[in-house]
Amino acid sequence: MPTRSHTLVVQVEDHPGVLNRVMSLFRQRGFNVDSVAVGHAEAPGISRMTFVISGDDKIVEQVTKQLYKLLEVIKVNDVTGENTIQRELALIKVNANDRTRADIMRIATDIFRARFVDASPDSLTLEVTGPSDKIESLLTMIRPYGIKEVARTGLVAMTRGGGTGTLSIVRDAVA
Amino acid sequence: MTATAKAASAPPIAEAEPAAKAEASAKPNIGARVLCQALEREGVEVIFGYPGGAVIPLYDVLPEFGINHVLVRHEQGAGHAADGYARATGRVGVCLATSGPGATNLVTPIATAMLDSIPLVAITGQVPQAVIGSDAFQEIDITGITLPITKHNFLVRRVEDIGPTVQKAFHLASTGRPGPVLIDIPKDVLLAKGELAPLRPIELAGYKPTYTPHRRQIKLAAQELRNARRPVILAGHGIILSGAMDALRELAERAQIPVGLTLLGIGGFPQAHRLCLGMVGMHGFAHANRAIHEADFVLGVGMRFDDRVTGKLSEFAPNARIVHIDIDPAELGKNVPTVVPIVGDARQGLQMLAAEIEPLEHDEWLAEIDEWRRVPPYRLSRPSRTLQPQYVMERLHHLTAGNAIVTTDVGQHQMWAAQFYRCDTPRNWISSGGLGTMGFGVPAALGAALGRPGEDVWAVVGDGGVQMTLFEFATIVQQRCRVKTAIINNGYLGMVRQWQQFFHDSNYSETLISGPDFVMLGTAYGMASRRVERREEVDEAIRWAQAIDGPALIEFVVGQEENVFPMIPSGASFKDLIEEGV
Repeated sequence: MPTRSHTLVVQVEDHPGVLNRVMSLFRQRGFNVDSVAVGHAEAPGISRMTFVISGDDKIVEQVTKQLYKLLEVIKVNDVTGENTIQRELALIKVNANDRTRADIMRIATDIFRARFVDASPDSLTLEVTGPSDKIESLLTMIRPYGIKEVARTGLVAMTRGGGTGTLSIVRDAVA
Repeated sequence: MTATAKAASAPPIAEAEPAAKAEASAKPNIGARVLCQALEREGVEVIFGYPGGAVIPLYDVLPEFGINHVLVRHEQGAGHAADGYARATGRVGVCLATSGPGATNLVTPIATAMLDSIPLVAITGQVPQAVIGSDAFQEIDITGITLPITKHNFLVRRVEDIGPTVQKAFHLASTGRPGPVLIDIPKDVLLAKGELAPLRPIELAGYKPTYTPHRRQIKLAAQELRNARRPVILAGHGIILSGAMDALRELAERAQIPVGLTLLGIGGFPQAHRLCLGMVGMHGFAHANRAIHEADFVLGVGMRFDDRVTGKLSEFAPNARIVHIDIDPAELGKNVPTVVPIVGDARQGLQMLAAEIEPLEHDEWLAEIDEWRRVPPYRLSRPSRTLQPQYVMERLHHLTAGNAIVTTDVGQHQMWAAQFYRCDTPRNWISSGGLGTMGFGVPAALGAALGRPGEDVWAVVGDGGVQMTLFEFATIVQQRCRVKTAIINNGYLGMVRQWQQFFHDSNYSETLISGPDFVMLGTAYGMASRRVERREEVDEAIRWAQAIDGPALIEFVVGQEENVFPMIPSGASFKDLIEEGV
């Protein structure tokens, strides 16, 4: 079975230690996590975790089933290949001097619509949002200038259109 | 301080109440009492435990309650005893330990219960919340440690949470796929004033086990079964956990399907039944494994296609279409591809399938299996100058009429017991399957004996494993349990030695193991004890132990290099089965 990248949206009860339980499960069973993003969801008491994991479909099915065995996990959605909006935010600090500054700014703003959030005599810090591959592309383009620091949030995802796909069960649970 | 002294300092309101009630209500209700009340409410009769600093408040109030506390000699003993109690009775087993080392000593028993799906509630004391995280004396993060080996665990932070947490813990431990649940309670919570919250309906958004299988899946399974010419049922622990013995028999007889048993499925189907294949897997009967190898349909029910059952996955049941019923959806398709996965309780699944299927005949297939069966699996009659362990098991089965509860450790003696103590009764076969825990047998026997007083429990153990937990002999003697310990002494860590013989050129590295004089040891603990070295003495010794109203110990000195046959080497398939005499 081919290995590919999967995006899992996991809705969990917002209790202390839940992230630990989820990550412990991934570690224990040898599932590879490429990125993780956690924050509050729309309903009170519910957190939304977005995982990017790589593996074949069988592994992802096993991940999903094992996640459901955790008490706090309410809903797992594999949104891979669905019509989803996927976004990640990155802060990138790159070497810049009078000679290179203009080039970096042109690449970052014209092509990647990044914003500049800080500058110093020898660096620029830019903020970019988009799908992970866009951030990868930007990093590739500016790497020759010398990247000093990168901070990425991990991917978050949401399905397009009016449906929520994840919420009815969550609402029932909270009500 | 005496109870009278406590009553004297009671608030005035107590005086208006009847005397007995006054005394109880005079004591300020604290977390420790709330915990005991909550345990009583769950119907807990026995707790296996060991005191320590963090749980002194609990031990302070425990005598006020109608719960029998069994003082073990090591927390590992408490955990395995609670496990043995649960396996023997079907109720939730409860063990109790203090913080730090008390809690970590429960890790092996908790993991044992996890791998075998045993309903266990482990209660641990914790240092006061004010010092949690400061590496305080006897502080350890037991909820962190037990994260991957519990079905769920709790750290109770407020006294008002004790009642609901205990309720949830028992619910989680005993429903769906059962398993161990740990409750960690800081000392200040045990001391805090509070009351037991009334029972409320349990609402766990993320926990809704499916008991009733989907009808469409049952219909699909029935169709697969109809198409089969060479069907086999593989029945596991789920049969016993869900009480599916009758349902299994009903389906097997109705559709004339032979039944193979996993190690923990033993007791789920009568072994003398014509349709019973006996144990399957690494040390299963050759005809049973051959039946699976030749089958065109395998119904796995309440089992998980563990590697000790399947051997090499790619060559397991190569011609079979596999239908799998399990209450844990994560087991379906985990190890073997299934044509019809069915999420649900084993009993309900089997009942629905039996109702769906018309009577079937598989005479040709059964006759074929009977032909394979004709080859006796083991030549017990072969001359031997030493006592054969298989013979001991066979005699034990005969003389107990198979009615005794048998617990085991792990290794050769466990396999001989599984093969030759042909247990027919659910909850009478108590063995650590998944984790393979040496040292399980003796404390598990203690727990089984307390769960089913008056019945004989035979702890069949090896000379290696027994030395891991023999401290519980003291508890067994103190409790006057009818635990009869049969030590199968071959002077080796026999199963490892067997592997060394077969796969490592007989390089018996560190498997020759000495022990004490077991008869003197048993005597020192206050047990009637004796040694058996000859075949002629076996029956008399077993009868002698049966006649003793209390614990007894027999050391059976058996052939040193006796092997377990047949054997499918690890990671191999039925085709590589070793019959005997390598």
